[in-house]
Amino acid sequence: MTPVRAPALTEMAATLCFVLVLLIPCAAAGLALINAGLGRFRNAAHSMLSALCVVAVAAVVYFGIGAALQGYAGQPAFALHATGKDWNWIGAGRFFLGGLELGGWSSLAALFGLMSVGVAAIIPLGSGADRWRLGSSCASAILFTAWTYPLFAHWVWGGGWLAQLGFLDSGGSGVIQVTGGLTALSITWILGPRRGKFNPQGMPSALPGHNAVLVLLGCFLAWLGWIGLNGAGVILFTAVEASRTVLVAVNTTLAAGSAALSVAAITRARFGKTDASLCANGWVAGLAAVSAGCGVVRPAAAVIIGLIAGGLVVYSVEWLELHLAVDDPGGSVSVHAVAGLWGLLAAGLLAAITPGKAPWQWLTQLIGIATLLGFVLPLTYGLNWLLNWLSPQRVAVEGERQGLDLYELGAGAYPDFLTHNEDFWQR
Amino acid sequence: MNQISMKILGFLLLLCGWIIILAAIALLPSQLSQISFVLMALGVEVLGLVFVSRAHLISGREGR
Repeated sequence: MTPVRAPALTEMAATLCFVLVLLIPCAAAGLALINAGLGRFRNAAHSMLSALCVVAVAAVVYFGIGAALQGYAGQPAFALHATGKDWNWIGAGRFFLGGLELGGWSSLAALFGLMSVGVAAIIPLGSGADRWRLGSSCASAILFTAWTYPLFAHWVWGGGWLAQLGFLDSGGSGVIQVTGGLTALSITWILGPRRGKFNPQGMPSALPGHNAVLVLLGCFLAWLGWIGLNGAGVILFTAVEASRTVLVAVNTTLAAGSAALSVAAITRARFGKTDASLCANGWVAGLAAVSAGCGVVRPAAAVIIGLIAGGLVVYSVEWLELHLAVDDPGGSVSVHAVAGLWGLLAAGLLAAITPGKAPWQWLTQLIGIATLLGFVLPLTYGLNWLLNWLSPQRVAVEGERQGLDLYELGAGAYPDFLTHNEDFWQR
Repeated sequence: MNQISMKILGFLLLLCGWIIILAAIALLPSQLSQISFVLMALGVEVLGLVFVSRAHLISGREGR
């Protein structure tokens, strides 16, 4: 397999990339607002504080351990020599960003990693909303940032074996969205559903989010953040000219818009009314799906990616809840894992602008998808299961009844609101 | 089969699917044979996902 080298950046490309990286925290803020709005009002402050703490933990752990394991293309790495090929498995960098060359490509890649790992670590908070302890979510973020994320990021962005095969994921549909989404799935399985979500016969009841305005504002912020994420990713990890970021912004916007419209049309046709929270989920699903191929697909293909991502979200949310009893208040599994996997496949099928694009690109994308399902899911589930075995991650019954704001923080987000206990009536 | 062994079997099938793919990339020279192995391995992974999902569904029902 051919070794992967870091692309050479012009001064203009490096400056543009730096500006785009500074937009990435908007994606984290957007996801945090969406998760808080889709949860119940008595957990709103807890949800926002959890997001802030998880981003803080992710940044520190990535600086200490994650960046060294992720490594960068062209830098030292551990490789296995098998069947006449070198399989680049894991970075061999120095801990605490030691030896980082300031001002070069690797320092921009480190900054990009520091920002994007926080976005990925926030994703599981949506699925664990209303019942995940603050300390446990931070501990889970440590495992995610120190091991799960850097390992897969090395394989794709750090010159690892998937990059050597030509796997396409410039904006992080796989590295950020699917790794976060599969961790979210593990968390819903480990925590179990919220009290009152399913009746004894297994039928789900609706527990709507408390603030649609926060959710929709989060979508606007996420849009801005994703333009930064995708634009910087394309400059750093794809050997294309910096002017391609215009196409990236166009594709990102078109995919998000078409996904939201697709959800609006489907919910209108099926339920007679447009569902605001599902439209928000659709918007983010479009963003998650287009990230993989945002720099190499034409705008018409971005619309197709978004339309299908939106449709997938509607049916996936319903299917997971009705048939698999998965209680995912923020829709993180459908939005990030399902749409992200579609985005990876779509990048292989619809990539049209890459010079020298491989005819079997879709096969390489399938290998990446199989790696996420066959390796990353068991890994992240195992780590979180171990954590839960050492210290239960779910809050006590009293905490769920009282609300996590009062139970864990001692004060609510909206002190003037009345508390309703109807979720806990005996059925 | 109880839900714990179903869960373990499901995760083992997921890992097996991935290992089949690694073996296919390493050992098979032609693209066509790689495609057939990758598709079969994805089938194994889907079966693993079904087992893991069913195991959690059963444990959820027992919890209620």
